[in-house]
Amino acid sequence: MNWIVRNLWLVPVLPLLAAGISALAKRKSRAMAASLAIGSMAISFLLSVWAFAHVLLLRSNGQATQQVFNFRWFQFGNEWLSLGWILNPLTAVMLVMVTFVGMLIFIYSVGYMEHDDNFTRFFCFLALFASAMLGVVIANNLLLLFMCWEIVGLTSYLLIGFWYEKPSAAAASKKAFITTRIGDLPFFLGIVWLYAQSGTLLFYNNGAGCLESTSINHLLTQPTPLGFCSATGIALLVFCGAIGKSGQFPLHVWLPDAMEGPTPVSALIHAATMVAAGVFLVARVYPLMSAHSGIATELTTSTALQAVTWIGAITALFGAVIAVAQFDIKRILAYSTVSQLGYMMMGLGVGGVAVGMFHLITHAFFKSLLFLGAGSVIHGCSGEQDIRRMGGLRKLMPFTFATYTVGMLALCGFPFFFSGFWSKDEILHAAHSWNISQAPYYMGAFAALLTAFYMSRQMFYIFGGKSRLTESSEGHSHSPVSPDHSSHHGSNSPHESPKVMTVPLMLLAPVALLLGFFGTPAWPWFQSFLDATQLAVDFGALSEGSMLPVMLSSSVIVLLGLGIGWWIYGRRPIKSAEAPDNLGKLSPPLFTFLGHAFYVDALYGATVINLNTQLSKISDWLDRWIWNGAVKTVTNIVLGLAHLDNFLDTHVVNSGFDEGCQSVSRSGQILSLLQAGRIQGYLKIVAGAGIAFTLLLLWKAKI
Amino acid sequence: MITFPWITTLTAVPLFGALTVLALGGRNKVLARWTALLFSLISLVLTLILWHSFSTVADGYQFQELHRWIPSLNVDYRVGIDGLGLLMLLLSCIVVPIGMLASWHIEKRVPLYFSLMLVLQSCLFGTFTALNFFHWFIFWELSLVPAFFLIKLWGGPNSAKAAMQFLIYTMVGSVAMLMSFLAIYLATKTFDLTELGQLAQNDKLMPAVIGELGWHLFTPHHTAMVIFLGAFLGFAVKVPLLPFHTWLPSAYSEAPSGTTILLTGAMSKMGLYGFLRILLPLFGAQMQQILTPLLWLAVATVIFSAYAALAQTDLKRIFAYSSINHLGYCLLGIFAVVKITGGDATLTAQKYAAMNGVFLQMFNHGLTAATLFWFVAMLEQRTGGLRGLNDFGGLRKVIPVFTGLMGITIFSSLGLPGLNGFIGEFLIFEGTFPLVTWAAALSVLGLMITAIFFLGTLQRVFYGPLEENWAHLPDLTLSERLALIPTIGLMFTLGLYPQFILGVINHTAIQMALQLRNF
Repeated sequence: MNWIVRNLWLVPVLPLLAAGISALAKRKSRAMAASLAIGSMAISFLLSVWAFAHVLLLRSNGQATQQVFNFRWFQFGNEWLSLGWILNPLTAVMLVMVTFVGMLIFIYSVGYMEHDDNFTRFFCFLALFASAMLGVVIANNLLLLFMCWEIVGLTSYLLIGFWYEKPSAAAASKKAFITTRIGDLPFFLGIVWLYAQSGTLLFYNNGAGCLESTSINHLLTQPTPLGFCSATGIALLVFCGAIGKSGQFPLHVWLPDAMEGPTPVSALIHAATMVAAGVFLVARVYPLMSAHSGIATELTTSTALQAVTWIGAITALFGAVIAVAQFDIKRILAYSTVSQLGYMMMGLGVGGVAVGMFHLITHAFFKSLLFLGAGSVIHGCSGEQDIRRMGGLRKLMPFTFATYTVGMLALCGFPFFFSGFWSKDEILHAAHSWNISQAPYYMGAFAALLTAFYMSRQMFYIFGGKSRLTESSEGHSHSPVSPDHSSHHGSNSPHESPKVMTVPLMLLAPVALLLGFFGTPAWPWFQSFLDATQLAVDFGALSEGSMLPVMLSSSVIVLLGLGIGWWIYGRRPIKSAEAPDNLGKLSPPLFTFLGHAFYVDALYGATVINLNTQLSKISDWLDRWIWNGAVKTVTNIVLGLAHLDNFLDTHVVNSGFDEGCQSVSRSGQILSLLQAGRIQGYLKIVAGAGIAFTLLLLWKAKI
Repeated sequence: MITFPWITTLTAVPLFGALTVLALGGRNKVLARWTALLFSLISLVLTLILWHSFSTVADGYQFQELHRWIPSLNVDYRVGIDGLGLLMLLLSCIVVPIGMLASWHIEKRVPLYFSLMLVLQSCLFGTFTALNFFHWFIFWELSLVPAFFLIKLWGGPNSAKAAMQFLIYTMVGSVAMLMSFLAIYLATKTFDLTELGQLAQNDKLMPAVIGELGWHLFTPHHTAMVIFLGAFLGFAVKVPLLPFHTWLPSAYSEAPSGTTILLTGAMSKMGLYGFLRILLPLFGAQMQQILTPLLWLAVATVIFSAYAALAQTDLKRIFAYSSINHLGYCLLGIFAVVKITGGDATLTAQKYAAMNGVFLQMFNHGLTAATLFWFVAMLEQRTGGLRGLNDFGGLRKVIPVFTGLMGITIFSSLGLPGLNGFIGEFLIFEGTFPLVTWAAALSVLGLMITAIFFLGTLQRVFYGPLEENWAHLPDLTLSERLALIPTIGLMFTLGLYPQFILGVINHTAIQMALQLRNF
């Protein structure tokens, strides 16, 4: 076995070591923490590239591109639980993406977090995150994946609440952890169910793994009381985990709030990697998700994948609609992320692993580019996040503007030259030819229109017109810690960010631009790499079937969205930060409704959270009054009987007999002693019980 | 075969230590503390020696000692340990020093306090090693005495009432249990747990008892059930199982934190140990008959206690309810193992998983809960006894190290992978789910609520703007950090390498699952 396969564990463990060392380091050792984190990521990146190259090599030699390394972890009963890691095209692609984006964001953070007191801690958490995320990627065992998955959730919690003195950040971090845990618990049940049915949690193990055909076929034959087979049940439960982690409707509520974290965190965790972990999970267990026992397996889609598609389509549209009415630069991007994650899910459902994963990868690059650009904007505007108060940054922040434009066009899917076009088009194309329903296609297409619209709206607000920053700098208040602060710059006027922040932008931009060409219909390299199929250059594929019409119509949609954006926001520069939104003027109530994200949070507050609070009150009340009350009642009855007994003894029964035979009233005496609250009394009970016990034994032994 | 009486020595060491502390430290508080700690550490060393020489593949009990004691009653002094006993010994040896360190700042009647702790340790050892009901019960009952005085004399304002409640509850349970065992003794003329277990397995125990008692008003079936319920009550109160748990929150919160550590870390395990060592072998058939209600009780324990924790504002009461919740998972696992599965090999394997999970969870809960209360003790010592959720806010800014380490402990308690809590819960659920799917699926809700109240605690105590009163709260001292290293280290070790405990308990877990009648 190749060296890199045997030692793939180094990729997640190196950042873990970095995290461990900087956790023990003093707060002052800032340089050490940063260089450890960046250094470990750089080495992990190189190892990932090596692993990638190894897979490529295997592929070009025509060998199997999937290699696993399993080892025993612990024993219970007569079996061992084994863990392991896997190197296959899916792992390789994800490894390179996570380490590359991660490394750039780490570097960027050096500039962005420069003045933060907890700089050292920040890099410790970031490195821990990277380690756990890489663990998710290489895991060849669903349990190991889940463990890393949970630690990813922990680091997300820690980093969202990084500015813990802000109550909103503290609340958002808790909300994120709990909301994702709501999805994780069904996931956990899915894991134990899978283990119970297939006897292993290793994905691949020379034919004995749980994703291999023997196990899947077994799962398909196991019925459940609910009618479907256990494969479907398990797949749906596992998908719940993905819903939580990837911010899918209806568990999307935490992701916009997660923007309370520092912007590099939003870029890395809440745009590029962690939130995509749910999509990755579905891709990883795809044999399980797509398993079904129908006759024409080629023509129909499994129940689980139908669920994935619908949830994805709803989320894609839902996120895009809300993004239209947001004013916070990061919240727009957050809802956009929700929407794009929906696209990915939909892609997995209708098109398969390669379709969903391609969008995951391109999105990771252009969305982290957008977030880092947004961070640069916020940094340059002294912590301002409201797009109404920005404006005119095109000239003031030229590098940021240029790279942001690239990211924005990639996100919109601007025809032919931007990566998002190819990856999104592929999803739409697959949705168009889906055999169940056309609705996801139309939902996706409409979401694409909205995407182009809300991104152009954001661009015109931020970069167009003149700066509106100064006019109301007193008006807005920021938290005492001023997270995205730059008060140290002295002046309040917008300025371009330092090199350490713009260089990562300039490195990401070309990738966001060009990556799409690896997955065009004419040269579907990415798809053939993931699906391990033959690759051929075929320009004819572009005009086959519905390919061309879908491509043209989505181009038109994008241009239309951009056009509407320009018509509403770009024609006349926005003059004042206080002016009402041009779109909002059309229908203020609807705009407010969207601005509050359909009031889903309020709905949950009134239902689920309220129910939870009531249940806790009821439990507390039961505890105080019913359980304890029952015990007290019994005690009182016994005491009452004892008193009655005592009374009868004293007054009714012969007094001489009473003196002679204490045992008759023993219960009364003991219990009245108890009531008197004398310690000696209790000890007497203990002693008395012992004596009685011994006497009884002696008596019995003689007989 | 005469070998060194390791177990008797182990049991005697803390008792001897208690006397030494009283004799030596009459006036000198410092001397009393250190002497007590020294003796508890000697026990730890002895236990580690046992751990080292324990055979992980041998059947039955090891390090056995057997002496005729009261021949006329057929009572033997018989001690010995299997994997479970050994694990519980180790846990006691870890929890007691933690309790002592957390009580370091107690200034009232120091020698008495520490000697009572040692007496309690001795009782724990006795309970976890006895193989004859007679002296097992003596240790079981005797442990109440030091616990009672520790709560009453050093506890909070309502400690007298709480101690009372604690005593009466457990006494009622114990008396019921004693009655059942007297009936059994009268029928079988033996207290030896192994012999009784064999009788039960051959289906001779209950017929004998029914014949002896001759309660003609009851059917044999009901007589057996009454005998079982008597014994059951004793353990159910101790663990506790809903609805016999109401003594626990007040006892835990009124007791001095060092004592709470012993109560939750070690004494609550006595109840579970009783379930495993006594109820399963002797009353497996009766448990199988009322399995569904038992499972409901376990599920209710898990869910209600978690919800009740959510409603508390006192840190100690929160952690007390969380303890009930965590022990509820153990009961869930135990009851699931009882289920009759016939000859299905897969389900038998699930029983092994659940059994291992229960053992592991017992140890993990002891370790984590003890550490949690230790943090409460350190917080109380700094704040003059304040420990309400609403008394604090933003403490992370002034005591970052404290926050970090307590955060690790809290995440261990809510079952974060990589820390000790996860593997036990995973194994319990992994075993329980196929055995009794509905109970496992419902209990998962407990994991959810646990996360909510723990994170709520973190948020309200450590996050947000700093409460000005606490601007000068001192962070952990060097000695506190050093003292915490072994426990926190153990949490990580167990989370990453559970095999070092599973390797010891697995064989015992298999045997315990197999001894149950299963058809």
